[in-house]
Amino acid sequence: MSSTLATDRSAEASESGSTAPLLEITGLGVSYGRRAVVRGSARRTRVLADVGLTVRAGEIVGIIGETGSGKTTLARATVGLVRPDAGSIQFDGRDLTALGRSELRDFRRSGRVQYMFQDPLRSQDPDLTVRQIVAEPFAAIGALSRQERAVRAEEALSLVGLDAAEIGSRTPGQISGGQRQRVSLARAIVTRPQLLLSDEPVSALDASNRNLVLGLLDRLRRELGLAVVVISHDLGSLAGIADRVAVLYRGRLVEQGPISEVLEYPRHPYTALLTASAPSVRSGHRLLPAELRAPVGRDPWPDDVGCVFAPRCRFADDACRTEPRPAAVGGPSVPQDHESGAPEASAGDEASAAGHTVVCHHAGSWRARLG
Amino acid sequence: MSRPAEATVEPLRAESAPSTGAHTHVPASAAPVLTVEGLDVTIGRTVRAVRDVSFSLARGEAVGLVGESGSGKSLTCRSVLGVLPPGCRVADGRITLSPSTDTAADGATDADVATLPASESAELTALPRKQWNAIRGRRIGAVFQDPASYLNPSLTVGGQLAEQLRVGRGLSRSEAYARAVELFAAVGLHRPAELYHQYPHELSGGMLQRVLIAIAVSCEPELLIADEATTALDVVIQAEILELLQSLRKEQGLALLLVTHDLAVVAESCDRVVVMYAGEIVEDGPTTEVLAAPAHPYTEALLRVASIGDWGRRELDIIPGRPPETGADLPGCRFADRCAYVTKECTAGPVALRTLDGGRRARCLRPAGPSGETRSAAAADPGLPVPQGAAL
Ligand SMILES: Nc1ncnc2c1ncn2[C@@H]1O[C@H](COP(=O)(O)OP(=O)(O)OP(=O)(O)O)[C@@H](O)[C@H]1O
Ligand code: SF4
Ligand code: SF4
Ligand SMILES: [Mg+2]
Repeated sequence: MSSTLATDRSAEASESGSTAPLLEITGLGVSYGRRAVVRGSARRTRVLADVGLTVRAGEIVGIIGETGSGKTTLARATVGLVRPDAGSIQFDGRDLTALGRSELRDFRRSGRVQYMFQDPLRSQDPDLTVRQIVAEPFAAIGALSRQERAVRAEEALSLVGLDAAEIGSRTPGQISGGQRQRVSLARAIVTRPQLLLSDEPVSALDASNRNLVLGLLDRLRRELGLAVVVISHDLGSLAGIADRVAVLYRGRLVEQGPISEVLEYPRHPYTALLTASAPSVRSGHRLLPAELRAPVGRDPWPDDVGCVFAPRCRFADDACRTEPRPAAVGGPSVPQDHESGAPEASAGDEASAAGHTVVCHHAGSWRARLG
Repeated sequence: MSRPAEATVEPLRAESAPSTGAHTHVPASAAPVLTVEGLDVTIGRTVRAVRDVSFSLARGEAVGLVGESGSGKSLTCRSVLGVLPPGCRVADGRITLSPSTDTAADGATDADVATLPASESAELTALPRKQWNAIRGRRIGAVFQDPASYLNPSLTVGGQLAEQLRVGRGLSRSEAYARAVELFAAVGLHRPAELYHQYPHELSGGMLQRVLIAIAVSCEPELLIADEATTALDVVIQAEILELLQSLRKEQGLALLLVTHDLAVVAESCDRVVVMYAGEIVEDGPTTEVLAAPAHPYTEALLRVASIGDWGRRELDIIPGRPPETGADLPGCRFADRCAYVTKECTAGPVALRTLDGGRRARCLRPAGPSGETRSAAAADPGLPVPQGAAL
C-alpha cells in the first residue's frame, strides 16, 4: 500500500503553512419543503443532519453514498446554492451561512469555489463552442478583457489536456463524452478557484476516461494546490486519488477518515456493505455482501428510530434505538465497543479533522458477530 | 468466514476461490442455446458497425460481452432480440435459437399464442416479425439500463406483469395475479401483494429493475439478455441484482448474456467473456483464464483500467488514444493505433480471430501466452511505446 504519497503531501502542506482548513463545515443541516404531500403530512424533509467536513488546500476528499443520500445537497450548500437551516460553513475563515443574499452572490461570482455539475451534457449549452463554454464563468465576474479571457480559457483547456486549436470551436455535440467532461473541468478551473466541488464527474464514463479525469484532478491539486471534493460511487478509482473519504447515508455522515483505512477496514456496517458490493476483477474482498445484509423477513425497524442505518443493518439491536454519535477510531487496531450504551459523546470533534470517525454503537464488535 | 448466507440468493464468490471466484461451470459438451454466426450489422447503407461476430451460449451458461461504448455490444444483442434501432439492419450472418431439450408442455401448447413451438430450432434473422416478437419475451427475455422507459407509467407494475403472463403463458386473470405476486417475491421484492398495485414512478431504480427482471423471466425463457442492466444502479443494489441473476440461472437453468463496459462485473458473474473492440470480437474464453492472462493487448488494457478491488493509492492507468470511427475501413488490425505491440505486419492485412488452446480465441498476430509470456517480438522491436502511464 502506497501511503507515502499522502504523507509527502501533508508534509508539503505543513511546510507551506497551509494546514488551516480551507473549508470547515460543522453541524450542517438542510431541509427541503415537500413538493408532493405524502399521506397528508406537509413537513419539511430533512436531507442533511449534523454533517461535519474539513478540507485543506491541496487535499482531495471523496464523498460516497447511495442515490438520494444528500451528496449533491451537501455540495450545493457549500457553494451557497442551498440555504442550510443549521450549522456553519467556514470558507477561508469566513462563515458563508452568515452572508446576506448579495454578499453570497458576490462570493459565488468571485469564482473562488467552483461547482462541477453531475451530467455535463445537460449543463453545457449545446449551441456554444468549447471556448465559449470554458470562458462562461468570466461573464459573471466581468473583470477581464476579451483577450485575457481567451488566454485564460486556452490555459484551462491545456491544463486538462485538451488542444484549444483542435476542439475550441466545436460544440458539445461534436466531442466525445470524455472530452466533454474535461471541458467541464476546464470551465470549473478557469477562474483559478481554491476549492472545486465535483459532482459525479466520471459516472457516465468508461474506465479509461474515468481514470483520465480523476488523474487530472489529482494533478491539479498537486500543481495548483486546489482543494477538491469529489462525489463518486466508484470506490476503486476514488481510492486511487483521494486522501480522505466521507460516507453519507440518508443525510448522515456515518463514517469518515483516511480513504485507504476506511475502505480497507470499514468500521461502519454500511461502509462494509459498500466495499463488499463493489465489483472487482480480483476477488480481494474479505467480506461478502450477503453476510452484511439484514436477514430477509426480519421485523421491520420502526420509522425514524435511532440509527439511520438500522432498517438495513444486520447488526441492529436494542442499543441501536438510540441514535449513535460520532466517535473517534484509534489507530489501525480494532476499537473497543462501548457496551455501556453511553456514547463517547463528542469525543470525535477534534479528532475528526484528520482522524477516522464512525457513527455506530457496535463499530468495534459487529465483525465478531460474523462468526 | 463460511457463515451461511441468510439472503434468498447465494453469494457470488466463494471465500477461498482463487483469482476471479467460483463460477458455475457448464460442461463443455452442453448444447448451445444460442448461436450467432458471422453477424454483420450495418448502420445506413455502408457503415459496418458489427463485423463477423460469432459466439454461442450453452444452456445455463453466463457469458459477458464487454467493450467500450461504441464497440458494437448493444447492436449485437439487439440483433438477437430483433430490436435494432431504425436505420440499422442485419446485413449478414445467422442467429439460431436451438430447440429446448426439456420444455414442459405448458404454455407452448396454447393455441392463442402465435409462436414457434419451443421444440423447434429457429433461425431468427429469417423469421417474420410476428414470430420474432413472440420469441422475444417467451424464449428470450431482456432487461436494459433504464427500466422506467420499458414500463407503462400509467399502469400498475403488477398489471403489466400479469398481462405478460396472460399473453405469453395463457394464464387466466386470477392465475396471472397469483403468479405475478410469486414472481415479485422471487426477484426479492418485499410485500409483493402491495407492490402489485403500485405505479412505476412510486418505485426506486433498483425496484424497477427487479420488476423488469420478473417480467423478463415470467415466461421461463431459455436466455436472458441484460444490456447494461446494472450500470445506473449504486454498487449495493448492483450486487443484489447480479446475485438475483445468478440465482435465476441456477433455479431456471437460464443462460445469461450480460452486456457491460465493466470488466469487473463480468469477473464477478460470468463463466465466459467475449471482448469486443470497434465492431469485432478481439478475444473470448473462460473468464478466469482470460483475466488471469489476457491474450489480446486490448483485453490487457481493459484489465489495467478496471477496478482491482484494492483500496490503495495508485497511478490511475488509461488506454491512450481513441477507437477508430464506427465502421471505418482499416487495412489491418483495428486496435493497431493504440497497441503497444504493433508491428508492420499488423497493419498489412486483416487479422483473423484465431483459436488458441483452452477454448480461447484472439484476434491478434502476437497473442500473449496462457501463462502471461511476453510477446517475444515486442522486445526485439525497439522504440515501441510501453502500455502504461497516464499520458495526458
Ligand atoms: N430541490 C429539491 N426539493 C425537494 N427535495 C429535494 C430537492 N433536491 C433533492 N431533494 C431530495 O433530497 C434528498 C437528497 O438529494 P441529493 O440530490 O442531495 O442526493 P444525492 O446523494 O446527490 O443523490 P444522487 O446520487 O442520485 O445524485 C433526496 O431525497 C432528494 O429527493
Ligand atoms: S448503530 Fe446499530 S444499527 Fe446502526 S450501524 Fe451500528 S450496529 Fe447497525
Ligand atoms: S495484431 Fe498487432 S496491432 Fe493488433 S493487437 Fe495484435 S499486436 Fe497489436
Ligand atoms: Mg447527486
